[in-house]
Parts: sequence; structure tokens; C-alpha cells
Amino acid sequence: MKLKTALLATALTSAAFAAQAQTLTVMSWGGAYETSQVEAYNKPFAAAKGLTVNMVAVDNPATPIKAMVEAKNVTVDVADVEYADAIRLCDEGLLEPIDASKLPAAPDGMSAADDFLPGAVTECAVASIVFATVFAYDTTKFPNGPTTMADFFDLTKFPGKRAMRKGAKANLEMALMADGVPASEVYAMLETDAGVDRAFKMLDKIKKDTIWWEAGAQPPQLLADGEVAMTTAYNGRIFAAAVAEGKPFQTVWDGQVYEYDLFVIPKGAPNKDLAMEYIAFATDTQRLADQAKWIAYGPARKSSGALVGKYNDGKTDMAPYMPTSAANLTNALASSYDFWVDRDSELNEKFNAWLVAN
Amino acid sequence: MAEILTTADGRPLKAALQAAQARAKRRAFWLVAPLLLFVLLTFVAPIGQMLVRSAHNDGFSAHMPRLTAWFAANPGAADDAAWEALALDLQDSAVAKTSGIVGTRVNYELSGTRSLFTSTARKAKDFAPPYREALLKADKDWDDPALWGVMRQVSQAYSGNFFLAAADLARDADGTIVQVPEDRRVYVNLFVKTFVLAGVITLTCLILAYPVAHLLATLPMRWSNLLMILVLLPFWTSLLVRTTSWMVLLQQQGVINNMMVAAGIIGEDGRIAMMYNQTGTIIAMTHILLPFMILPLYSVMKTIPPSYARAARSLGATSWTTFRRIYLPQTLPGIGAGSLLVFILAVGYYITPALVGGASGQLISNLIAFHMQDSLNWSLAAALAAILLALVLVLYWLYDRLIGIDNLKLG
Amino acid sequence: MGNPDLAAAQKAEAFVVFDRVQKSYDGETLVVKDLNLSLPKGEFLTMLGPSGSGKTTCLMMLAGFETATHGEILLDGRPINNIPPHKRGIGMVFQNYALFPHMTVAENLSFPLEVRGLGRAAREEKITRALDMVKMGAFANRRPAQLSGGQQQRIALARALVFQPELVLMDEPLGALDKQLREHMQFEITRLAHDLGITTVYVTHDQTEALTMSDRVAVFNDGVIQQLAPPAELYEKPQNSFVAQFIGENNTLEGVVAEMGDGTCVVRLDDGGLIDAVPVNVTRVGERTRVSIRPERVEMNAARLQPGAHTLKAVVREFIYMGDIFRTRLSVAGNDEFIIKTRNAPDALRLEPGAEIDIGWLPQDCRALDA
Repeated sequence: MKLKTALLATALTSAAFAAQAQTLTVMSWGGAYETSQVEAYNKPFAAAKGLTVNMVAVDNPATPIKAMVEAKNVTVDVADVEYADAIRLCDEGLLEPIDASKLPAAPDGMSAADDFLPGAVTECAVASIVFATVFAYDTTKFPNGPTTMADFFDLTKFPGKRAMRKGAKANLEMALMADGVPASEVYAMLETDAGVDRAFKMLDKIKKDTIWWEAGAQPPQLLADGEVAMTTAYNGRIFAAAVAEGKPFQTVWDGQVYEYDLFVIPKGAPNKDLAMEYIAFATDTQRLADQAKWIAYGPARKSSGALVGKYNDGKTDMAPYMPTSAANLTNALASSYDFWVDRDSELNEKFNAWLVAN
Repeated sequence: MAEILTTADGRPLKAALQAAQARAKRRAFWLVAPLLLFVLLTFVAPIGQMLVRSAHNDGFSAHMPRLTAWFAANPGAADDAAWEALALDLQDSAVAKTSGIVGTRVNYELSGTRSLFTSTARKAKDFAPPYREALLKADKDWDDPALWGVMRQVSQAYSGNFFLAAADLARDADGTIVQVPEDRRVYVNLFVKTFVLAGVITLTCLILAYPVAHLLATLPMRWSNLLMILVLLPFWTSLLVRTTSWMVLLQQQGVINNMMVAAGIIGEDGRIAMMYNQTGTIIAMTHILLPFMILPLYSVMKTIPPSYARAARSLGATSWTTFRRIYLPQTLPGIGAGSLLVFILAVGYYITPALVGGASGQLISNLIAFHMQDSLNWSLAAALAAILLALVLVLYWLYDRLIGIDNLKLG
Repeated sequence: MGNPDLAAAQKAEAFVVFDRVQKSYDGETLVVKDLNLSLPKGEFLTMLGPSGSGKTTCLMMLAGFETATHGEILLDGRPINNIPPHKRGIGMVFQNYALFPHMTVAENLSFPLEVRGLGRAAREEKITRALDMVKMGAFANRRPAQLSGGQQQRIALARALVFQPELVLMDEPLGALDKQLREHMQFEITRLAHDLGITTVYVTHDQTEALTMSDRVAVFNDGVIQQLAPPAELYEKPQNSFVAQFIGENNTLEGVVAEMGDGTCVVRLDDGGLIDAVPVNVTRVGERTRVSIRPERVEMNAARLQPGAHTLKAVVREFIYMGDIFRTRLSVAGNDEFIIKTRNAPDALRLEPGAEIDIGWLPQDCRALDA
């Protein structure tokens, strides 16, 4: 009798455990980006493993992680975060370490360590895509549109309202590049007070005519409404509006700032082994290339580049829209997480003060 | 001598009364118990936690125990023991993956030091005496006296530093309180601006709501019911939908500007910027908060019989005098209640200013949200929120002193 | 109360005149139908009627809070239709007193003086005088809420009088008081009105109040003045059934005019009995009529019946002892609610239910009115 009860209990427990293991929860940014992840990663992974992959959309997945881990109530297995956040969360012990040895090698045999772009695999995170903060304009307003970052700050040559992301990151870099600082010297200059002042002086030129956006969906909307003539934006969002919705938007590939989006596993994730399997699966060469069918973000592996073909409409060639295309990288800046994890609070405070001052 | 009153069977009257009422009191308590619990859990506890967080941050002290102990025991400059404590603490934090927490805490007070902790921690496992040299070899910045001053400050888990930061103040290396450089002063200005904007919004609400409330209170029932539905309509619409509709109306290519251009009031180049600035915040928040002004006013006006105005008129007062001396004073409780309600709500609003306020229409709550969600500096957010709470309470107290809270009539 | 009768009151001399005034709120029905009324200076006129009869509307038109749809209202010879209320200089006492709750008694009284631009000294003197007049001198610094109903009433009166208006309007001012206080205030108000020589228009639905206070009473019904007369005339010589029913207690018997004489007529009651009556608004034989007799004018003591009076058979239904008077309810000529009032005198009859008696009255107390 006793034995029977024990057996039954074991059976029930393992059944419950199995049922629980059947669902993996991924937290991401919503919108077109989420769609690309669902299509390229989640569906094939669910099919291969015979389980369900849930998607949770939030404004910035880095924010709930801190709250979840502190409350010891982690409900997601994988989260998609920005570079500086990945580093910061990792340093604060809020993430599980990544077992880089589990990442698959490239089809040609090149090891994962060599195949991933530099810095794409860190202690606690694996990059999936490269995105860029670019600026774009409405071609109906400027038929012979702006071509350089300096044009964005030139209200006499290109009159009209501007929109920029509300925050210091990327804006300061763009301002310096517009002022003629070569990409390679931008961060060295921002380390100095004079460099920061120089960036803010540049921003001063357009401050009165600038609307500040916060969500990634806002800039294409502002352009579409005619509220602004030019805006900075995540390149994928402009691509989606221009190609998928046929809006007359043109992206300017000059002075843009690009960085990784990375997968992380929050500390205490309910299915952390499965989460690691998911990350390894999602970041293999083919999957990363597949994602580019859905959104104009560059794969974080060199070997995926060659496999990137056309947009899912079957006719648009993706290469010209990719932040990783050589043609788009003539004057581009890789965002420095080292700089931003240290300077983020100081420069944002300064930015906020600048914004509030009239 | 006062005689103790007793009941017929000789028990003291007071005791008998208490016994008789105890049952009723217990029943009453159980009826309100769920609400009490709810309020404790959802209101008192979070606010208490917020207040604690604003003054308590053990990011440094909890993860750097040796150095914290050394600071507590030694008031002077760093000696060998201090360097040893620092090195060993860094070694431990590298293992426990807490160097980021420590660095973040120090970074709040001294920018650019976060990576000093994280990068040094990575090299810490090889540290060997003499520790000072080992640390300086890892990074020469460790010799910075300002850094040691800050570490001494943050080694105390309880500190008012976040409140100082929220008031645009900081401690310098010797611990003296100084103002932060002018280009980094945000919060005091923003507090002032928040209160000024909330005041403007309260005033526009009052001016717009007063006649509407009066109409509501005096129109025949079927008209006033219809008007009441119109007043309450915004309550039944989601805040985001309303805010979005304001965007559609107010933006420079929006409905209102288009209509004015079409009517020839303004030219194509003269389109008025009614949103992404203070104007947008004022317009949208006035609309959203209007019902909170109308309803208390209405409930007070409803109780004022028209005979007062008639009496005043029959006594020889013009309609203006009648309004000023008779009607207005009697609606003061409603004005007070509505204004207090609108003002307090306006001071704490953040979604609407975030969406339509642009840079100049931001309120202090937007920065609280920024520190909650983006910079993740919860202690500073908590300190700002605590100051906001305190200011609102001061205002409430002032109101009580000047007008009297028992004069408040919410409906 | 010797008053000039209506015919003598020349329009030109009259202080208040309603000239063919009509009022409609909705454009479909008339609340006041063709009102003609004039008051000489110093008169105390009461507008009496059931609710909805138009009396309050008339008062509000006079005060200026409603405008006449048609016709003219004259005050002291001037048409006032277009004069706003605050320029009419009319004192008014409201049903709920309308004392300003946020002001003290003195401030309430000061208000009409302040808006007239009086200086402080003059104001204080007038306020003191007005408060003394209503015996409330000690209450100057109280708030209305701290006063009893009767005290509030006095203050409302003082406030309406403090600026010495020539005309005072009162809209059911005693309605909220208990009986004893009301009777006392009735007396006070009439005394004040007469002492000060003010013209007063008083609205009430309480007929006792109307009868005891007024020089003349205008009985309103259905937007029309049914009768305008001094109280005694109103009570004793009602002009129609409505007035007879509305003022005081009244017995009615229905029948048909059988004979028409000079100042008398004979009415055949529905049960066949014949009675003498004074024809008031019946003119021809065969017309249906309602005969009205006041309960205190009916005699049931056969010994006291006047010679020549018609008698009718009656059966006692109920005897009610009311202290100072007895009420005896009888069945007379098909009317089971026939009431006789007798004074509680030593020789008064106390009848048992079921007793069959003869009753009678003087023909001049019996008025044949419209049916």
C-alpha cells in the first residue's frame, strides 16, 4: 500500500515536472522584432523539441529581470537585452553564466568563438543580432535628401523638426560625429568634459526643434504623421515602415551607432538548461540568417552573413538594409559598453538637466 | 465625590456598556478587516518599503564587509590594513559576482568608477601582498583620495545621500554638502516646475469646470443627466486612448492645426506647436483631470438652493456681487476639494506628460519613472518619490491650516 | 380692517398693479391666466391657493425672478417688466429663509446695506434697529445654523426690512415652523407690517394664516383669482364652490334650482327636499347647483330653530368630542359627511349615533353656488 502511494506520488511529480518542462518562456521587445524571433527561432525550436515556447513582450526586458531576481520569482527563461544592460546585470549577479562550449560551430567548422563577431559572446550573454541607431528622413520633404550625420544637425540646409531618442546614449556619439569627430576618436573625446560639452553644444543647435521619443515604435510614427522631417531610429523599424508598409522613408547610413542585442538567462530561471539549449539553437548560423528574412537586423555570426538573402516578400534584397553590410559601415561607430556602463548615470543626469533647462 | 454609576445588578455602568458594545465592535472590525489588510498590503507596505529604500542601500556594505569594518574602525587615511581589506573583498566579490553591485553603488556618487571595480575584481584572484602595489598595478585610479572618500560614505548602508542627490546636492571628498555643478542640477528645478504646472492645470481645470458644474447642478434632470454622461465619458475611456486622441488632435499636422490652416487663421508655416511641450501637457492633463474638479464642485453646488441667489438679488445685489459674495463662498468646499484632488493627481502624473509633454512638459514623476525603469537607481527614485510625498503632505497640511480639511467635500 | 374695495382702487393710485398678466413656462399651458390685481399702498394682501395654482409664480414675477409672458406689472406707476430684481427695491422673505450660511446674522443684515453703498455707521445703526425690531438684538454674531427655526425666521424678516423697502414679498415664510410658533409669528408679522406701513404680498396655502393676517385675500386656483376679498367676506360670502370648499369647513348639498326670487331661491335637493338659499352664481330655474352651509351655522336644537327656516331630516352617524367644540357627523339628503359644529356649552346637545333629528338654518347662511 505504502509503496503504491509512493509510486503514484513519484509518477505524479514527474508528470508535473515534465509538463512544466514543456514550456519555455522568452521575454523580448514586441512588435516586428518579436515576430522575427518567433518565426526564426521559437517555431523551429518548439517543433524540434516538442514543446511550447511562450513570448512575453515588455518595453525593456532588462528592467523586470532585476525586479524578478530580487523578489526570487523568476518567471522567464530567456531574455533579450541590450549590451550595456547585459554587462551590468551580469556584474550584479542577476544572470546565469553562459556555457560558451555549447554554442554550435559554423557549418564550415569554424569554432563558435571565432565565428561570432568580436564581443558577441560574453560571460552571461550571447548576441543574436546587430542593430543600429540611424537617422532617417521623409523623402517627400527632401527629394535630394541629407546624406551625412552633419546634415541632421543642419537646420538651415534641411529645415524641419527632428526627433531623437530621449537619453544620452547614441545621441552624444552622433553629435560628435556630426561635428566632424572620426568614429574612432568619439569615445576618447567623450571621456573628457570638453568632449561632452562639445556634444551638447551640437545638440543645442537643434534642441528647440526636436521631439524626444522613448519607444522604438514612435519615430516611424512621427515621420508618418509629418510631425518631424527627420528622426533617429532603430534601423529595423524604419525598414519595416519603408519596405513592409511602403512609407517614403530613407535611412542614412552615416554616423550611425550600432550594437548587439543579446540573449541572457536570468538567475534562477525555471528551465535554465533548456534555456541554454534554446540560445544555442537560436544562435546557430542558419537561424541567425533566417531572422534577417523578417527584420533588417544583422546576424551576430560571420558565417550567417552569406546566407542572408531576401526579405520574406521574396523580392527585397536585405543586404542594403543591414547594419552589418560593408557598404553601410563606411562611417559607423560600434557602441562602447565599457563607456556606457560607467558613464550612463552621469551622462543621463547631465542630459536630463540639459533637457529641463530652457 | 463622584458616585460610580452601576447597572441594576450592581455592575459598574462603564464596564457593562463596554461589554455590551464589544460584540458590535468585534463584528465591525471583522467587516473592515479585509480592507485594512488590503490597505496594509497595497499601500502602507510599499510606501514603507520605498521610504526605507530611499535611505538604505547596502550595495557596498553588504559585499565589502572587510573594508566596511575598516572604515568603521579607522577614521584616517588608508593604511595597509585598508588595502588588504579592499583586495580581499574584491577577491570575494569576483567569486560571488557582486563587483557590479558594489561598483554601481560607488558609481552613483563618483561617475566612471564602476568599471574600476568590475575590471579589478576580474584580476583579483592573483592579488598577493603587498596589496597596495597589487591594486595600483591593476589600476592606478585606486590611489584617488576622492574614491576613498566616496567609499567611506557608501560603506554606511543608511545614508541621506540619495536625498541629497534628489535635491541637487552632493558630498565632496571631505563629506561637506555642496551643490552639484550647474549643468547637472535637475531635480529642484523640476520639482518647482512640477508644482507650477500642477498649479496651472488646477487653475485651468477650475476655470473650465466651474460653469459646467453649475450647469450640471441647475439644469433640468434630463439635460443634466446627458451633460453628466459627457463629463464622465473620459472616465470610461482608457487613458492611453485619450492621450493618443490628443496626439491626433494637437500635433502640428493634426486636426486642430489643419482646421486652422483651412480656415485661414494661420498659415502653413505658422502651425502652432501644441504638443511635445508644456502646452501639450497642460491641455491633455486638464482634460484628463477635469472630471475630478467637476464632480466635487457639482456635489457642493447641488446642495445650494437657488433661493440664496434670489435672496441676494432681491436684497439689491447685482449678479456679479451675488456670485462673488454669496455663491462663490458657498462653493469653496467644492473648490478646495477639487483643487486639492486635481493638484495632487497632477503632481504625480507621468504617462500623459511622457507621451505629449516633449522635453519641456516633463514632470518630476517622469524622472522617477526614468530611475525606476531605465537607470535602475531605485534608491534615487525612492528618494525623489519620498520628497514628492512629503511636499504633498506639507501642502495638505497647509490646506488644513488655511481652509480646514473638514471643509472638504468630495461628493 | 376697513379697506377700500377693489372698484375704488384706481389703477393710477395703486402701488402694485398686475395688468392682464399671463405666464407660461412651456408655451403650451398657462400657469397664470389673465391676472388683474391692484394693491393700494400699505395693504397686506395674501395670495392663497393650492400648490400649482399660480400664486408663487405671481410672486416671482413681481420679485423679478420670472418674466411675464404677456401683460404688465406696475410698481408705483412704473412698468417693471424689464427692471432686474436687484433694482426693484423689494424686500423678500423666502420659504426656507435663505439666510446666507457663511455669514453671521449681522453680516446677513449688512449685505443689502453694503450693496447700497451705506457707510459703516449707518449700517450698524440700521442693523441694530432691525434686530431690535424682531427682538433678536443679542444674536448679531451668531451664524444662521446656530439659530432655531423661529429665530431664523425673525432674522429673515429683519433682513428683508432692514433696507426699508416699500414692498415686501413673503413666500410661505412660516411653513417650516410648528403650530404655536407659527401663530405667534403670524401676529408679529402683521404687527410689523402695519406699524411700518409696508405693502405686503404674502403667499401661503394655509387658509387660517390667510384669514388671520390679511387685509385682503386673493384665492388662486388654476391660474385664476377665484375671489379677492377681505377675510370675513371671503369666509361668509364665498363667490363660488371652490372658494367655499377651500376656505374653512363647508357642507354641500346638491340639487336643482326650483324657483328664482329676488335675492332668494328655492333649491330642490336630489332626494326631493326643498330648501331656501341665496343665489350667488346661479341665475335660472333648472340649473344644477351646489348649496353651501358652514357647519357652525346649522342648528340641530329644534328649540332654537328660527321661524320660517326649512328643516331637513338627519341621522346622527358620529359624535366627536374635541374639547372646545363638538363635531357631529350626520347623513343629510344623501350626504353622509354633513358636519355640524357646536360650542361646548352647558346646554349643548350630545347625540348618540343613530338618533334621528331635524336640522335647519337661516336661508341667508345657505348659498347656492355653481355645481
